[in-house]
Amino acid sequence: MKATIRFLNNSGMKWGIPFMRLFSGEKVRLRLRDTGRTFVAPALAIIGFLLIWSFCASKITTSLGRLPGPAAVWEQANSLWHEHLAERKKADVFYARQEERNAKKYAKNPDAKINTVDFTGKPTYVDQIITSLKTVFMGFTIASIIALPIGIICGLSKTAMKAFNPLIQIFKPVSPLAWLPIVTMVVSAAYVTNNGFFAKSFVISAITVSLCSMWATLINTALGVSSVNVDYINVAKVLQLSPAKKTFKILLPATLPLIFTGLRISLGVGWMVLIASEMLAQNPGLGKFIWDEFQNGSSHSLARIMVAVFTIGIIGFILDRIMVELQKLVSFEKTSQ
Amino acid sequence: MSLELINVSKGFGEGNARTNVLENVNLEIHEGEFVAIVGFTGSGKTTLVKLMAGLLKPDVGSVLFKGKPVSGPGKERGVVFQNYSLLPWFTVLQNVLLAVNEVYPQWTKRQRHDHAKKYIDMVNLAPALNKRPAELSGGMRQRVSVARALAMNPEMLLLDEPLSALDAITRGTLQQEIVNIWGKDKTTALLITNDVDEGILMADRIIPLNPGPKATLGPEFKIAIDRPRDKTALNDNEDFIKIRNQIIEYLMDIGEEVDPENENCYSLPEIEPVMPRSLFKRQITKAA
Repeated sequence: MKATIRFLNNSGMKWGIPFMRLFSGEKVRLRLRDTGRTFVAPALAIIGFLLIWSFCASKITTSLGRLPGPAAVWEQANSLWHEHLAERKKADVFYARQEERNAKKYAKNPDAKINTVDFTGKPTYVDQIITSLKTVFMGFTIASIIALPIGIICGLSKTAMKAFNPLIQIFKPVSPLAWLPIVTMVVSAAYVTNNGFFAKSFVISAITVSLCSMWATLINTALGVSSVNVDYINVAKVLQLSPAKKTFKILLPATLPLIFTGLRISLGVGWMVLIASEMLAQNPGLGKFIWDEFQNGSSHSLARIMVAVFTIGIIGFILDRIMVELQKLVSFEKTSQ
Repeated sequence: MSLELINVSKGFGEGNARTNVLENVNLEIHEGEFVAIVGFTGSGKTTLVKLMAGLLKPDVGSVLFKGKPVSGPGKERGVVFQNYSLLPWFTVLQNVLLAVNEVYPQWTKRQRHDHAKKYIDMVNLAPALNKRPAELSGGMRQRVSVARALAMNPEMLLLDEPLSALDAITRGTLQQEIVNIWGKDKTTALLITNDVDEGILMADRIIPLNPGPKATLGPEFKIAIDRPRDKTALNDNEDFIKIRNQIIEYLMDIGEEVDPENENCYSLPEIEPVMPRSLFKRQITKAA
């Protein structure tokens, strides 16, 4: 029993615990209440939401037809998935044909120059999700690379903190929409190759994401480093640790939980900001998908945008959970259970 | 002369909120001597240790180690902190190794490992070698802290209530161990304690610290009992009983003398707020 609970807990399946307890047959009333809280209450809330949504949607008529209810959105989600499968099939067929052709050519003349061509179908919904994820991770990585060292410096030195503080406070609340035109112009001027490794729109979106998301990491790192337990600092002092050793053996481990809180907030902010910047930068991710559907204005468009809304929400939630689990891994406050 | 405190005063805070913890403290500790300072809680004992360790600087007066003013903490003065001060992200072995690596950088990895293990063995923690402090009991943590300080083979050991969280048996063993190491390595030792018996068992001299604020050192009591001292036999030793009664009488007298104006002055423990990592603690304990 205990071992199973520990397994569920450690594997991130905490929701399984009340169920298991219920079936173990001890303290049934208490367990029933537990299970009710964990499953029945959220289920009721979701069902209530769907009912209200479908009721309200049926009353609202837009220029694109009736506002889609849950059923219409589900249908579009399916259709997007099937479009994706169909597009993949097309690609497979295309590559198979190309290979066949090349093989023939090669058989005829072993010295023939063989070119392979990439399939140029339109990106599917799944491709767009992947692009969005790549962009957000790129932005998040840039943000972390900038924010962590500055945060550590600010935490170590009060002078640095005072120096950086006004800049941090001023830039922190700026919207991605304000950064985007500037970033666009700068990237267009500085990143002139047309066949670079990254598409321009990708770079623009990623940089905008990092400009908006780095502040949480920076502030949390600075706070963490400056508030390390005096006892740990005393140990470093008595042992006369070198600055490098002090940073890597004492300061960083002590600060990791707070740093991860910052990274977690950063990733959340980055994911939120990403949609807006993709819309304007035309990076082929979820933001562009929404924008295109909006411009497209077909009778399915609103339902498809709602699919995107749920996708964004669910992926954001998953990213957050991943960060929480990572944070648990580095947290030294783990007690043996 | 190993360690000297000359007219040392130390206070915290400013203006009306200022408390003078120590005032006009004079102390001489000879090389190879074992001195115990006995005092009430909140009388400024920890401040005294921090001054000697170099973690605090005196407001007035000077702290000298081997004739030279103490400018900061150093490896030659090993400290056992009252609150263990173990690094929670390291295992027991790593905690001790951190100190050993700093003191003996010229040794091979193997030598340093063996050295650390020797001292962990000495405090009976070999089975917990690879455990983290969070998995240890308070007493075990304190033993790690003692092992870490001893493994540094310092010229002077500063022990700030190192045994206060231990059970009687472990306490007795460690008292013996510390005295053995002190005798063998010819270190100088300063023990802060609130246990008079412990002081008499271990030290050459006992000096009471009068209660703060403005704490000063009381008259010294020389312990002339032959070493090795046996804890159980000591109970029937007449010298022991006599000196014990003298010290306790003194402490009780000064306890009554405390200035009524300052009676409500408590020095608070040095605690830090808990940082938000507790937010992410698993809630399983709640559910259970």
